[in-house]
Amino acid sequence: MSEEFKVEIVNPERSFLLKEDVTEVVIPAFEGEMGILKDHISLISFLKPGIITVYSKSEEDKYFVEDGIVEFKENNLSILTSSIYKISDLDKNKIDQIVKDAEKESSEENIDDQKRYLIDQKIEVLKNLSLN
Amino acid sequence: MASLDDLKKRISSVKSTQKITKAMKMVAAAKLRKAQENAEKGRPYSEKMNNIILNLSSGISDQENAPKLLTGTGEEKTHLCVVMTSDRGLCGGFNTNIIKKAKQYFQKILKDNKILKIITVGSKGYDQLKRQYKDNIIEKISFKESKNINYFDADKVGKIIIDRFEKKEFDVCAIFYNQFKNVITQIPQEQQIIPLKSNKENETSSGDNYEFEPEEDEILSNLLPKNISTQVFKAMLENSASEQGSRMSAMDNATRNAGEMVDKLTIQYNRSRQAAITKELIEIISGAESL
Repeated sequence: MSEEFKVEIVNPERSFLLKEDVTEVVIPAFEGEMGILKDHISLISFLKPGIITVYSKSEEDKYFVEDGIVEFKENNLSILTSSIYKISDLDKNKIDQIVKDAEKESSEENIDDQKRYLIDQKIEVLKNLSLN
Repeated sequence: MASLDDLKKRISSVKSTQKITKAMKMVAAAKLRKAQENAEKGRPYSEKMNNIILNLSSGISDQENAPKLLTGTGEEKTHLCVVMTSDRGLCGGFNTNIIKKAKQYFQKILKDNKILKIITVGSKGYDQLKRQYKDNIIEKISFKESKNINYFDADKVGKIIIDRFEKKEFDVCAIFYNQFKNVITQIPQEQQIIPLKSNKENETSSGDNYEFEPEEDEILSNLLPKNISTQVFKAMLENSASEQGSRMSAMDNATRNAGEMVDKLTIQYNRSRQAAITKELIEIISGAESL
């Protein structure tokens, strides 16, 4: 099929995911969610905490990311991130743990607004997750 | 000449040393495989990061307002050197090679009347540098507690570097580490990370028109600190593979030397035993003859 493109997610320790038959990827870009289809214009952007959804013909996978950089070029989508979890691998305890850490960080005084916004965003996304 | 008993003791002591070095060699070999794998797995990340930065920086039009991390402070007065070594010894020339390389660089800086600041990562480097450069060392970091190399540790080092840069404590930053080539060869490397040297300027910067979100400089200023952590992490991975490789070959040599020594001592032992027997025989025979 000509509607497919390649996605690669790497974290510093290894190549996290490599898929050749992706039809659409939705990423939580810094200025709003963004859906990427084949032949998208070349793009570089940031991620904020949120959920990446990778659609291929047969299935869809969801991942939770805390930060990252996205590059799309010649139908190759590269996502660089230092913290990524597959949602089906996350259980309630793990989510609670991350939320707790984030809340602790958010309660500290000496962080700037942008950081606070990112942390709040993270907590919100995770709380939504654990509700479902 | 040493008595038979002494020789016996010597032989058994060399043999037990050999056992230790052999065990260490095998442990290092097992760890090396893992470290090498990790180093290879980590490569795509730093390569991609490099690529993106390259594409970005080639697209930046306003050179003057470009982030300082990329272009530098415009001065070259104070140099910060991050020397990355291991936390354990018994690994051949691994640490010494890095230190040697670093010292060359230090001398060059001091000769030019520039200010030198050192951060050591790993306790062995600190041990070797503290005698000569005690006043220059501004911080020592050690990751003895963390079993595996992880990005979290590298990020800590990266943050320290950036913090100090933002406080304008230095102008140029270089890291020293060993690049892993193969088990016998590790190449000590000096890599400048601030300001970023774009040595591959003509490569791959295809001048693609990217769509940026948010603006280019905002992305760059966010990306560059991350790149520093990534470079540090890469150096740590390379270093750990080199350390294990270097230890493996050092221990292999030690085992072989111990083997040679055991052989030599055994021959000496047998000779002197034989001599003692002969001497006794002669004494008995001449005693019998005189009767």
